[in-house]
Amino acid sequence: METETVIKAVDLTKKFGNFTAVDNISFEVNKGEIFGFLGANGAGKTTAMRMLCGLSKPTSGVANIAGFDVYTETEKIKSHIGYMSQKFSLYEDLTIAENINFFGGIYGLSDKELKEQSNSLIEKLDLSKNANKLVGELPLGWKQKLAFSVAIIHKPSIVFLDEPTGGVDPITRRQFWDMIYDAAESGITIFITTHYMDEAEYCNRVSMMVDGKIAALDSPSNLKEQYGAATMDDVFYYLARQAKRS
Amino acid sequence: MRPLKFLLKKEFKQIFRNKALLPMIFVMPLLQLLVMPLAADYEVKNINISIVDNDQSSYSKELTSKILASGYFQLSGYTHSFKESFKLIESDQADLILEIPHNFEKNLSRNGFEKLFIAVNAINGTKAGLGGSYLNSIISDFNQSISIKASKNTPDLEFKSIDIASLNWYNPYMNYKIFMVPALLAIIVTMIGVYMCGLNIVKEKEIGTIEQINVSPIKKHHYILGKLIPFWIIGIVVFTIGFFGISWLVYGIVPLGNLFLLYAYLGLFLVALLGFGLLISTYSETQQQAMSVSFFFMMIFILMSGLFTSIDAMPDWAQKIAYINPVTYFIEVIRMVVLKGSGLVNITKHIFIMIGFAILFNTWAIINYRKTT
Repeated sequence: METETVIKAVDLTKKFGNFTAVDNISFEVNKGEIFGFLGANGAGKTTAMRMLCGLSKPTSGVANIAGFDVYTETEKIKSHIGYMSQKFSLYEDLTIAENINFFGGIYGLSDKELKEQSNSLIEKLDLSKNANKLVGELPLGWKQKLAFSVAIIHKPSIVFLDEPTGGVDPITRRQFWDMIYDAAESGITIFITTHYMDEAEYCNRVSMMVDGKIAALDSPSNLKEQYGAATMDDVFYYLARQAKRS
Repeated sequence: MRPLKFLLKKEFKQIFRNKALLPMIFVMPLLQLLVMPLAADYEVKNINISIVDNDQSSYSKELTSKILASGYFQLSGYTHSFKESFKLIESDQADLILEIPHNFEKNLSRNGFEKLFIAVNAINGTKAGLGGSYLNSIISDFNQSISIKASKNTPDLEFKSIDIASLNWYNPYMNYKIFMVPALLAIIVTMIGVYMCGLNIVKEKEIGTIEQINVSPIKKHHYILGKLIPFWIIGIVVFTIGFFGISWLVYGIVPLGNLFLLYAYLGLFLVALLGFGLLISTYSETQQQAMSVSFFFMMIFILMSGLFTSIDAMPDWAQKIAYINPVTYFIEVIRMVVLKGSGLVNITKHIFIMIGFAILFNTWAIINYRKTT
């Protein structure tokens, strides 16, 4: 596997007043990797991810995303990444086709590309019967699959997924991960946060955040070995219990 | 420019799909325009007067019938003592008391003068003031007519008086509606400018979709134009319906000035006001916040714009506020162009000031809208 670095963070820190949400984190993510970003609620995952996406300016430290600097080149970063936030954020009062069209359009897809993408996407998601249904009427699982597809419609080099499978049933989660694998196969780097430890097992590498710091970072099998744990669940418990802030 | 096309398409679809917003935008303002001028009328009629006639002479009867014939007064009591009449004021049945003294007629013919007494319930200042002055003018009119009679009887008494002939320009019958309707139209456009666009953006903040926009490479000014243009068009459409459909057809106000000039100024005004709405939206996190702040400014915009009260009559500090209120200029322009037929030369100052507002608000809003926090 080629080892081209697409995310590189060195001592990245974010403070809100006296509170250090993200405390000197350093890591690298390689191209095509599925990188799991774990941690308890409030550990600083979302804040870190927002910095990497160019939504939030770091307080200190260095980060490069797809070769661009998070301080000075946020808009360039934005055209090279996809982002799916914790909160569902497609337009519920637009139809599936309209959402695909809108987001494809603002990422600069041509009319021809738009048409192709939207057709193949709707077909892939098996939504052809519902293409003209308002997104607000869809069940959550479908919404999340659609949101993911829209997040990668412009073929970004990295896609950031913030708890994409929260509240989704096991079958749909399975399908969702199939989509993630497909995307990774096509060369898109996946940066994902999750609270499901079975999903952590699917990642190439995972990092574990505790109190704004990265407490562990390795492949799931190495982590289990290192902490003498049978499952990722045990690893998570062991590390998360060391948290001092709640 | 291509992203703008997608933004506009999306925005229009959302607006026309919103079943609650459409009537808000189109029906409510026009209903207001139909109802408000009928209710917000300064002319005071039906003032309740109680007359204490201590004289019971032909002069006092003549004066009484003159007052009642004027159409402004309603006789709520015709009593024999001030005390009785005052009871009517206390129970809110009378607004005014006119007391005619004993020997009114006798003294008037013998001495050539006599005093009348007027007592006014001044809780409602406008009604009291106007009632008092109506009554005064009726009495002086009566005074003149008896003087003339007197001068005829005694030719040696020369009758001198100054007669003023006045002519009302632009609104000859001083019809209140002609003054109010164009200005109310300005207020309706203001509401669309301040509320609709600002709330729309804050709504995207609340439901989180703005995050998806902020993480895209879309340019700030594209996004803001995508929000401005739809509401700019809506503002123009609502104004047009109100202007031709209601102001012209219903109230018969035929614009005297150049319509192109009026629309150009409307367009400019909308850019400034939409910019103001945007500015509020960049400072608000929730629709509730945006609504409260907009409401606060809306009150100032309405009360300190010369809509109801003349700016010249305001105290100095209030005049200063009125002149940093963009709505003031639009109301002035719409009244000037529609009612007086003013041309470009007359409103040059207004145009430059509005350009200033438009640049100020929009630049401030664009600077304050941050895709990266």
